[in-house]
Amino acid sequence: MEGPTVPVRVHVTSVIQKVVNDQKEFPSEGATIAELIKNIETAYPGFRAQITDDVGELHRFVNIYLNDEDIRYLQGKETPLSDGDEVSILPALAGGM
Amino acid sequence: MTSNVGANNGNGASPTTLSQDEVMRYSRHIIMPQVGPIGQRRLKQAKVLIVGAGGLGSPVAIYLALAGVGTVGLVDFDVVDLSNLQRQLLHQTSDIGKRKVESARETLADYNPEVTVRTHEAPLTSDNAMEIITDYDIVVNGADNFATRYLVNDAAYLLGKTLVDGSILLFDGQATVYKPGHGCYRCLYPAPPPPGLVPSCAEAGVLGAITGIIGSIQATEVFKQILGIGDPLVGRLLLVDALSMEFRVMKIRKDPSCPLCGEHPTVTELIDYDQFCGTPSITLEAEALVASGD
Repeated sequence: MEGPTVPVRVHVTSVIQKVVNDQKEFPSEGATIAELIKNIETAYPGFRAQITDDVGELHRFVNIYLNDEDIRYLQGKETPLSDGDEVSILPALAGGM
Repeated sequence: MTSNVGANNGNGASPTTLSQDEVMRYSRHIIMPQVGPIGQRRLKQAKVLIVGAGGLGSPVAIYLALAGVGTVGLVDFDVVDLSNLQRQLLHQTSDIGKRKVESARETLADYNPEVTVRTHEAPLTSDNAMEIITDYDIVVNGADNFATRYLVNDAAYLLGKTLVDGSILLFDGQATVYKPGHGCYRCLYPAPPPPGLVPSCAEAGVLGAITGIIGSIQATEVFKQILGIGDPLVGRLLLVDALSMEFRVMKIRKDPSCPLCGEHPTVTELIDYDQFCGTPSITLEAEALVASGD
């Protein structure tokens, strides 16, 4: 059974911030990661396309962390959230030159 | 094309001893108990390869040379251009048009003539990566594309070398250390983005000083590996957000299903990384660039 919707802080990298009103960090809410993504998309249309593919699956070059743990090692998109959690969305960076 | 400029051991000091000048040069290291004369000799005996003599490669190479790392290898096939000078510390205005490895060699020699600089002026490919990397103890990643990142990761793992990784874009940076057996780049990012989906520094930009932040962290992690001190960034991904100046750490776990370092590996030799990443081959472009300077 899904838990209650709770407030969390979302961190994104510079590449994504342009679709969330130039914020690197912003508040949102959800009971799970999946619901959080849906809520962020509602507030900032176009966000989901940055991190998911055509069928709604997370891109494999985008990692999502709940606090400091990759959600792949938790319950993926169904990972439940707790009040005050920090969710970080981290696409791969290749720059080095 | 590989070349070797030997160290100027004018005092006849060997890799296992320190000359009087070296003791003076590295005195601020030697007086620290975590380094001492034994640690400084370890630095002198170490061989570190830096992939890319650009944004990240520059501070790494400079700090390694300043610290007396005995052999510093540099892989880069590019030439210095004006747009590099906003951040690439190895190169200056008078170096525009010069091959980056040559410019780097000159800079490092000025900083510390005791260091042997080996240059590998060719694109790093599946054909040469194992041969180049095998001679070194540690590899530092300063590459600017995903194909090279996966190539360096795979080669380092297959050769049992520690890889000190770093990447940057806009105002963000990441750094970590991959030690064989403790996860690899493929554990973190199992697949690259399709071409064009994640911009490069050339396309999106990068704050020059970020290269110094992440490059310095990479150099520090190299020293920690050589000296066997501190807690390395193994299993930890350091994230730097320069705008908020926030440093955060995420866990990197070894993925049991990783095709390279997992329980049932399917990648047991180097592959075609351009095909893996869906990018056009850089080899032909690189060869043309190198040939045009002859």
